[in-house]
Amino acid sequence: MKLDEFFVTGEPLIYGGMVAIVLVTSAIIFILTYFKKWKWLWQEWLTTVDHKKIGIMYILSALAMLFRGGMDALMMRAQLAVPNWNFLNAQHYNEIFTTHGTVMIIFMAMPFLIGLMNIVVPLQIGARDFAFPFVNAISFWSFFFGAMLFNISFVIGGSPDAGWTSYTPLAGAAMSPGPGENFYLLGLQLAGIGTLATGINLMVTILKMRAPGMKMFQMPIFTWSSLITCFIIIFAFPILTIALALLTIDRIFGSQFFTLTGEGLPMMWANLFWMWGHPEVYIVILPAFGIFSEVISTFAHKRLFGYNAMVWSIIIIAGLSFLVWVHHFFTMGAGAFVNSVFSVSTMLIAVPTGVKIFNWLGTLYKSKIEFSTAMLWALAFVPSFVIGGVTGVMLGMASADYQFHNSYFLIAHFHYVLIAGTVFACFAGLTYWYPKMFGLKLNERLGKWAFWFFLIGFHVCFLPQYFIGWDGMPRRIFYIMPEWFTLNFISTIGAFGMGIGFAIFIYNVYYSYRYSPREETGDAWGGRTLEWATPTPVPPYNFATLPEVHQLDAFMEMKEKGETTFEEKKLQPIHMPNNSGKPFIMMLILFFASFALVFEWIPLAAIFLAGGFIMMIIRSFDYDEGYHISVAEIKRLERERRGLDHE
Amino acid sequence: MRVNKKGLTLILVAILCLLSGCEQMAIFDPKGPVAESQRNLIVYSLYFMGGIILVVYVAFTIIVIKYRNHKNRTEESYDGNMHGNNLIETIWTVIPILIVTALAIPTVTTLFDLEKPPEASVENSSKDPLVVYATSADWKWIFSYPEEGIETVNYLHIPTDRPIEFRLSSTGSMAALWIPQLGGQKYNMAGMETILYLQADEPGVYKGMNSNFNGEGFAEQKFKVHAEDPGAFQDWVKDKKANAPKLTQKQYDQLIKPGLTDKQTYSSTHLDWVNHGTHAGMDYEISRFRDLYKESIGLERKTVKESIENEK
Ligand code: HEM
Ligand SMILES: [Cu+2]
Ligand SMILES: [Cu+2]
Repeated sequence: MKLDEFFVTGEPLIYGGMVAIVLVTSAIIFILTYFKKWKWLWQEWLTTVDHKKIGIMYILSALAMLFRGGMDALMMRAQLAVPNWNFLNAQHYNEIFTTHGTVMIIFMAMPFLIGLMNIVVPLQIGARDFAFPFVNAISFWSFFFGAMLFNISFVIGGSPDAGWTSYTPLAGAAMSPGPGENFYLLGLQLAGIGTLATGINLMVTILKMRAPGMKMFQMPIFTWSSLITCFIIIFAFPILTIALALLTIDRIFGSQFFTLTGEGLPMMWANLFWMWGHPEVYIVILPAFGIFSEVISTFAHKRLFGYNAMVWSIIIIAGLSFLVWVHHFFTMGAGAFVNSVFSVSTMLIAVPTGVKIFNWLGTLYKSKIEFSTAMLWALAFVPSFVIGGVTGVMLGMASADYQFHNSYFLIAHFHYVLIAGTVFACFAGLTYWYPKMFGLKLNERLGKWAFWFFLIGFHVCFLPQYFIGWDGMPRRIFYIMPEWFTLNFISTIGAFGMGIGFAIFIYNVYYSYRYSPREETGDAWGGRTLEWATPTPVPPYNFATLPEVHQLDAFMEMKEKGETTFEEKKLQPIHMPNNSGKPFIMMLILFFASFALVFEWIPLAAIFLAGGFIMMIIRSFDYDEGYHISVAEIKRLERERRGLDHE
Repeated sequence: MRVNKKGLTLILVAILCLLSGCEQMAIFDPKGPVAESQRNLIVYSLYFMGGIILVVYVAFTIIVIKYRNHKNRTEESYDGNMHGNNLIETIWTVIPILIVTALAIPTVTTLFDLEKPPEASVENSSKDPLVVYATSADWKWIFSYPEEGIETVNYLHIPTDRPIEFRLSSTGSMAALWIPQLGGQKYNMAGMETILYLQADEPGVYKGMNSNFNGEGFAEQKFKVHAEDPGAFQDWVKDKKANAPKLTQKQYDQLIKPGLTDKQTYSSTHLDWVNHGTHAGMDYEISRFRDLYKESIGLERKTVKESIENEK
């Protein structure tokens, strides 16, 4: 293989990307070396098993991915702004919408939410860490290296270009030769290991490690939504794993599961993909619902309305999410009866979702609304998401969907749910829990600027797309016809508005780091749930003494009774796991194995894979018992962080 | 909060303006019974959706304004512990169920109707459908009229007031035949056949396309549908039958290789030797693949683009 086959050549935009990558990497290496931070990086971050730090790394990576996916989006919108323009050619456009979709869903939305869960869930249930901290670190590094593998494709080897759905036979070896599609398959596979592990880990944590007295129906709603999400992950991800594996074997070893050439079943891919893919969209929306519930009840200064109904509706939505996958291919000719069944089951999801919407309104009723930035995101979610929801019902009406399928109507719909649901929730959640994570609040004024730019840009961008779809514009075309010009142009303006909003948001992080006052109380917003009972910054063991829980909104009760999670009399040494470099190294080795497999260097891949197994064997002989934090040390940490004077 | 209200009004006004332009948008401007039944269903659903949006928006606006934390808030309008009300929760569970039912019934009946050819709308016009095999190849459309014994590439003539029975299949990648003004789409898949009934009631030229992404030439895989009254259609058929060349298998094999092409017309059809909607048709495809890509299935194989270029 020649070097110019290895690196992607001939595209000015990609050369720009390469230069940027080299510059950023050298800058990072230089800074780390100059400030002698390598050791710190290794000891504090790369080897950490602390759920809070892992969560922060998840969120930082997800923000970087949001930037990457957003740049892709802006390039696409630029190309579609003007009829018959040639900013991007067909091939390049195909690569960009494929990577945009994949990056946004797999490497942005899901990791962002998992990052928030990592930080918040153990705190909300009064636990000291995940059930399996070591596995948690593995999960993160598997996601991180999966994302890296997928992202280098645009400079090395070439990006996938068969859509994020990668339908066969198009995505098969015959019609999509080259490493692009392999990057997709192995990047997702590598990241998928981590997601599945997180699902199991978090599920066990929530079921087994709640604070004394906390019953299932006294768990904070975000914890509930995380728990149900874990169940979806556990049932859905194995399907993806198998589907990806089959297609990988098809492509690399010439089996015939999904090919035409050996009478494989291309449509089986669509079925497997969406049996995972539909539940997947609930994996990224249910935690978002949880976040909005927390934020709304905190800033409305009121109990959540209809807590039981909220929980049950999450459970019902999760159950239904596995029964509707065919709505992604009503047009496959399955017949009127099959389509009717899936059409009705799809529309039924609107019922529990509607209940949730009204319950949020119920929470706001007779409340005292405080318009903080986090609350603005949550409030804006309600009317925005309703548009996405009702158009989802329209798509669910199979006989109407024959007209909507694969058109911009669909694009508008899923961005309305994904952005107004998931992305708003990520911003709301980050703003809301920021003081817990970093010990300071984000600047409210900048936050509001970011919010308004993003919100208005969002509607300007995606509302017109419903109408473009009705006018018969299919998705995934790389240039537009003159008659679609006006609405597309408006849409592009909106997209850049969102870009500005995001830029302000990131600037806000920097600005607040420099200028915002430090947050000392630990209870930054007058919270209702246990995460606000810890001091800020949260000590490694979270809770010096575990609280006793009797009701929902446990911290509210503690505040009323004047209780604290730091009772010096009750202190005992706390057992903590040791940091470990193994998760990082293990996943790095699997990263190289996957990379070799992408280029179909089988012997090399086998060697690295063997390396991965050796790491697992080494780990199995690991009798590391962790260590204990002494009572004196706990006392010192707590007194310092709670601002109590020393004896 | 003033900003928010203004924004909302603006959005609503924008929606109204755009909706008033509905008549021009393709799927709201149907030219045949299939598209019309789908349009009617969509409009019917829009009333419900409009209703839901209206209710939520009004309730949301009132609540957010009324319960914001401003100075002259009376204490009795705040109840921090209110957390449920069985009656109202039942109401807002039952109403969505009713709405879903009201939407499901016409959806299902329409679904069953679409599986049959539409009733001819004009007296004594022909009721038995005209059969057209619509085969998708990368990246072109091949239309065969078995009864008339002709074949067109990248354009279509159909008679008005007569159902067209499209038999959809593909030589390779999945595609979807979509003619928005005549009705919704279905997939073209290799080795199987899906049936799509469409009909034009008004003469005219309509846009048709592949709506399912299938690679580099996807955006170019579109065609025009010329709907004309049955007499004119018969004249067109006769003319083509008499004047167009015959399609040879060699030409055909060339045609279905990946690439773009102009409109073409033939006075015979490829159905004489292959029907892609069958397993045998897929075998035909398989041998074509073998010829095109030889043995290797690894990275060494040429890209499609190169192989097209080498053919030239
Ligand atoms: C900055 C805001 C965004 C803009 C302007 C934007 C724009 C676009 C555009 C232009 C397309 C391609 C449409 C086509 O040609 O078919 C697209 C596709 C897509 N977008 Fe976005 N997007 C944005 C954010 C997001 C987010 C946040 C997500 C997910 C969480 C997302 C998920 C997707 C997916 C799944 C696809 C489909 C990709 C495919 O067809 O394979 N987008 N987006
Ligand atoms: Cu779905
Ligand atoms: Cu099929």
